[in-house]
Amino acid sequence: MRKLFTFHGGIHPPQHKALSTHVPITRAPLPSLLVVPLRQHIGAAAKLRVRPGDPILKGQRIGDADNAVSAAVHAPTSGRVVAVEPRPVAHPSGLPDTCVMIAPDGEERWIAHAPLDYSALPPSMVLDHLRDNGVVGLGGAVFPTHIKLNPGGGAIHTLVINGAECEPWITSDDMLMRERAAGIVRGIHIIRHLLEPTETVIGIEDNKPEAIAAMQAACDGHPIEVAAIPTLYPTGGEKQLIKVLTGKEVPSGGRAYQIGVICMNVATAYTIYRAIDHGEPVISRIVTITGNVQSPQNAEVLLGTPLKDLIALAGGALPGTQRYLMGGPMMGLELSATEIPVVKASNCFIAVSARHFPPPPPALPCIRCTRCASVCPVDLRPYELYWFARGNNFGKAQEYSLFDCIECGGCDYVCPSHIPLVQYYRFAKSEIWAQEKDKRAADKARQHHEFRQFRLEREKTEKAKKHAKATAGASSGDDKKAAIQAAVARAQAKKSAITPKNTDNLPPQAQEAIAAIDARRGQPRDASISPLSGADREEDTMKPAATHQETGEER
Amino acid sequence: MLTAILIMSGLALVIGVILGLAAIQFKAEENPLVDKIDAILPQTQCGQCGFPGCHPYAEAISRGEADINRCPPGGEEGIHRLADLLGMDVKPLGDGQAQAKPKSVAVIDEQRCIGCTLCLQACPVDAIVGAAKQMHTVIAGQCTGCELCVAPCPVECIDMEALAEDITQWKWKYPRYDIKNSALNTNG
Repeated sequence: MRKLFTFHGGIHPPQHKALSTHVPITRAPLPSLLVVPLRQHIGAAAKLRVRPGDPILKGQRIGDADNAVSAAVHAPTSGRVVAVEPRPVAHPSGLPDTCVMIAPDGEERWIAHAPLDYSALPPSMVLDHLRDNGVVGLGGAVFPTHIKLNPGGGAIHTLVINGAECEPWITSDDMLMRERAAGIVRGIHIIRHLLEPTETVIGIEDNKPEAIAAMQAACDGHPIEVAAIPTLYPTGGEKQLIKVLTGKEVPSGGRAYQIGVICMNVATAYTIYRAIDHGEPVISRIVTITGNVQSPQNAEVLLGTPLKDLIALAGGALPGTQRYLMGGPMMGLELSATEIPVVKASNCFIAVSARHFPPPPPALPCIRCTRCASVCPVDLRPYELYWFARGNNFGKAQEYSLFDCIECGGCDYVCPSHIPLVQYYRFAKSEIWAQEKDKRAADKARQHHEFRQFRLEREKTEKAKKHAKATAGASSGDDKKAAIQAAVARAQAKKSAITPKNTDNLPPQAQEAIAAIDARRGQPRDASISPLSGADREEDTMKPAATHQETGEER
Repeated sequence: MLTAILIMSGLALVIGVILGLAAIQFKAEENPLVDKIDAILPQTQCGQCGFPGCHPYAEAISRGEADINRCPPGGEEGIHRLADLLGMDVKPLGDGQAQAKPKSVAVIDEQRCIGCTLCLQACPVDAIVGAAKQMHTVIAGQCTGCELCVAPCPVECIDMEALAEDITQWKWKYPRYDIKNSALNTNG
């Protein structure tokens, strides 16, 4: 039995998990239209590589990883791209984002794909394969896996596989572990090959005995330990799970790899297995549809399937449904429309009714009871953070480690005054990010402006120098005169070197005639007229006539 | 008595020389206050404050020659931060000063651009690329939205377009929720 540790705080909200685990994973039917967002991961949106009207195959890449932090996006089925346009997506803002609309042809024709023999390849090529198959963390943060598996520098001694699934209502990882444990273990093997950790441990909360049994059976004979951990929200947080399983704490502002640990979700391990052993990109995931619906269940759903199709799959929403959440009730986000599609981050959809989620009583002023601090899993002082965020005192909030807050909502849950604390932290965080972004932009603008000033100054001095040089040359008169003289001499020499060429190739008689004429030209005008002169005159008089004739012909 | 006076004046001399040398050695190149003010200014270099850029305005503020409420792009928040830094009272944006506008970028209508390079010369941050008789275009990521390129354009092909809010730069709003009125009333 593994020695387990505890983290500070934590809460025990009602589970509601049994609601959606009594039926096996179903397969959602093909919707009439798939809406595939290009931004389904943390980092830069994928770069579009299809155009409206293009025929498309199942698993075909429709977006490339566009940056260091990005991942590819694929067509979930075969059909035709009907449009690429902004559509509402799962985002707290409710703003639209670029989506590829695919009309399925129902044939499910796969693009050519093959398993990857990862053991024969260098790790970097395996990671590129994962990136191009769109593998990202499916636990909720959707961080590109190829980056997480390339920590660089220090060795990784512990691989933690996250099967805790601590948030109420959600059961997608639970069902995946129950039904597809072998695939998960295969994925863990691939991760182990890449990271070479000395120990591997799967953490599963003890409210999932079936999943624990299934994983234990699948891990039999493998160097992978399955640890049943006490049910406590938020044990499924990466840093909390690492603390529980290893006793090590990720430093404030740091990342897990800095203490030699990498944490991966079970669903991510499963998609790694599909991507490597089958060459299949991430085009579907297990989604829990629960809450106020006819038949809550888990389904394997193609990414891009609109929420309304899932509600129909679950037998429709029951009367009294007010709104829909994506994710759990603690950290999930409210959806603005039922047209919003399933994305890689969608582990659960909850139909919210007043029966399960009674509206919170109106908020009261903070009484500084510090119950929030006693449940905070990161050991912060939420009441102080609330105060600073509320007063727009962001510098102070940062001093109190605002950015270590994982937004688990535990403080909200216990607050006797029902203050929406996490909303304040989110507001403060995004304000600080925006300020930092503005600061970076201002610094860049300052740099550009300063360089421009420098460039203008440099151009001015260069021009002045050039001018000074030119005028300096002109000021010494003798030099100039000499230069002109030399130029004139050069021109004359050139002129004299050129001899008339049109008389060179004439017959001897003509040359003689020319010579005679030249000789005569040398004589004074009033000299005696030679007998030849008559003929000469005739020629002279004839010439203009000839020209007239020629011009006449031309006309 | 005399020894004491000699020792004291000797010490004074030595310390004076050390201080004098230190003053020369560690002389501040530029007024550090100017840099602090400049760091708060938005660096649009738009000249709406009446100075040819953010740095000259920062210098003028540091000399006490300019008010802190002359920067429309910096907005209310900029004035607040300047007031904090300088220990002054917050003032509304100055009279005759343009009001703060949503952040926008210049966009050149490439159909109408004649390639005259006038906007290139006007841009304070070199955010427009192009050459004589070649089409010009704005590097949106570098444009500060100062509008200095709009006036020189002889064919009026430059428009300022406000940046639409999208997912990448959306911010969480300040939480607004109902306070229990009855409770407040009974408490009050």
